[in-house]
Amino acid sequence: MSQPEPILEVRDLQVSFVTDEGIVQAVDGVSFDLRAGEILAVVGESGCGKSVTAMTLLGLTRSPNARIAGAATYKGRELLGCSDEQLQRIRGAEIALISQESIGALNPVQRIGSQIIEQIRAHEVVPKRAARERAIELLARAGIPHSRERVDAYPHEFSGGMRQRVMIAMALSCAPSIVIADEPTTALDVTIQAQILDRFRELRAETGAGLILVTHDLGVVADIADRVAVMYAGRIVEQGSLEDIFYDPQHPYTWGLLGAITRIDRPRRECLPTIPGLAPSLAERPAGCHLRPRCPHEFDRCGQVPPLRSRLAGAPAHLDRCWLEVERKRTLRDVAPDTIGLHGPDGAEPAQGAA
Amino acid sequence: MSSGAPPAERATLLEVEHVKVHFPIKQGLLVGRTVGQVHAVDDVTFTLREGETLGLVGESGCGKTTLARTVMRLIEPTAGTIRFRGEDVSHSPRRELTVLRREMQMVFQDPNASLNPRKRVGQIVGMPLRLHGARGADADRRVRELLQRVGLSPEHLNRFPHEFSGGQRQRIGVARALAVDPKLIVLDEPVSALDVSIQAQIINLLGELQDDLGLSYLFVAHDLSVVRHVSDRIAVMYLGRLMEIALAQELYSKPIHPYTAALLEAIPIPDPRENASRRRSVVAGEPPNPIAPPPGCVFHPRCAHATDVCRTVQPPLAGYANGHLAACHHPRSVSSGEIAAATRDPASPLSAGGELPTADGA
Repeated sequence: MSQPEPILEVRDLQVSFVTDEGIVQAVDGVSFDLRAGEILAVVGESGCGKSVTAMTLLGLTRSPNARIAGAATYKGRELLGCSDEQLQRIRGAEIALISQESIGALNPVQRIGSQIIEQIRAHEVVPKRAARERAIELLARAGIPHSRERVDAYPHEFSGGMRQRVMIAMALSCAPSIVIADEPTTALDVTIQAQILDRFRELRAETGAGLILVTHDLGVVADIADRVAVMYAGRIVEQGSLEDIFYDPQHPYTWGLLGAITRIDRPRRECLPTIPGLAPSLAERPAGCHLRPRCPHEFDRCGQVPPLRSRLAGAPAHLDRCWLEVERKRTLRDVAPDTIGLHGPDGAEPAQGAA
Repeated sequence: MSSGAPPAERATLLEVEHVKVHFPIKQGLLVGRTVGQVHAVDDVTFTLREGETLGLVGESGCGKTTLARTVMRLIEPTAGTIRFRGEDVSHSPRRELTVLRREMQMVFQDPNASLNPRKRVGQIVGMPLRLHGARGADADRRVRELLQRVGLSPEHLNRFPHEFSGGQRQRIGVARALAVDPKLIVLDEPVSALDVSIQAQIINLLGELQDDLGLSYLFVAHDLSVVRHVSDRIAVMYLGRLMEIALAQELYSKPIHPYTAALLEAIPIPDPRENASRRRSVVAGEPPNPIAPPPGCVFHPRCAHATDVCRTVQPPLAGYANGHLAACHHPRSVSSGEIAAATRDPASPLSAGGELPTADGA
């Protein structure tokens, strides 16, 4: 099957910030592609650089303290080097953002309809009346009932779930090719989250836009994503299809993350496997593989940075950053599925005859 | 997570009976007139035994945190009785509460907000000790002991909360709660602000502490997968009312109330194949306004199985096998024989109707 051309190519993205505590390398050598109609999930824990990656694509991390390098090519246009005016034309119209905090993203003293109209008219020459009709239609498509009556409401008159729908309507107002959603359902209750995820699925089918979903919730990822990039301390440590990541994870951090989740569909365990220790500060990252101090399987070679590449025969799109041999990795990972590798003081030798 | 005698045979520690918490809505500039009531908790009854963990789950605004705070007597109940070791504490004056709070302590959701940023860890953890009369070297030794107990280094005594990560700060909150040797700890969303790998560390810590110290937990959370992992029994709340209460395993394998079933179905499972093969119905709509809760069953406007009786009669808590209670006229996951054998449980709200569910072929 031939893959369509990517609409976004990110290559070796580097973002660092100069702070009082030194240089904070928030994103270090991140590369990925996004195709039309695809949902790419970027997952990781707080401070891993997933949001900074997404915000940098929109030029939202530009500041005198920020150092940005690498390339991000959107349909042949370079995003990182372009002027603020060029970026302004792309942002909102071609690459749209849905942020986590809908209450902070909407203007509290402006009616939601007029906020959407403003966005449409910033990018297109449309009479006000037509823009208003489009806003009403967009709200209805985002799942807001009685959108004609509610278009003139203020953000505080909406619940969190409804405001998130307004954000979706606004993001789609100029038919973007890429939507970046940063933890879009994290602040919502599960029943509302299920409604919003359904809406994302329908919109992907209707509009064919590519979606970059930044999240920490592996349940949401399993539910909606096509491909996954796992980030740790500023780097992508593993990248692959949904099946690759969930059923054949190659990086010990990915196993650890998958093992640490409490699941409603599995018998309850006495003790949850944990990843020992804490993620490193981005100002003082350990040399080589950043997971090394927390990883029970580390060895000499981990002092060098493992490149992100395919290490599996027949899976060129499944990339990881771990020096362990594939066979050894699988043994370590599968020998005691309940402890998913990163548990216990020493995982050097798999237990003999483990059930 | 618990050991020793089976939970059902242990002594009852906490009894909450028909507790209501209504917050008045005032209007007017100088003299506030009460123009309405927020029905935050509406006639809830449950018990907690020694060494047991009761999970209290529900979506935002369902009253779970208000109920937890009422148990702690941070909020006075509008009606109903709270008994601790058989003694009515629902309206105890402040002096008696000081004694009571030696036995029940609370861990809050946001360790940033619940730890004083200007106090050192030693002062924070030592405060309950000082309040209860411990002084000097004794108190100091105890603080070091507590820090070690929760997995922090005793040398951290002189640091400030901002020097710690989120997970470590939550450990400080746990150490403070343990300081006075309580029997009951009310945990209000103790892990929801933490990353998954850190969540697992705190959950394991809470489990160890319970086994070693024989603690009882009232564990409030919105995350059903976390609650299932820690709880012996689970109570599901919706709009201030108790919808269902059951043994933890049974709630997940046999949800009787349609709301519980909907909550479970809404959770995406972190396994793409199983997730795709699961039957999932998305509940439409949002929880109604707690100022004017709908008549009858409060879930009926969103329920796919609602009929006329649901719109008019508040369902009582019907008791099924294994102490499984559910307030629904059209129960799921149970056979017609089980429905016929169901009885009205005394925990039912006082305003509930007399109708027990009848097998309706649903």
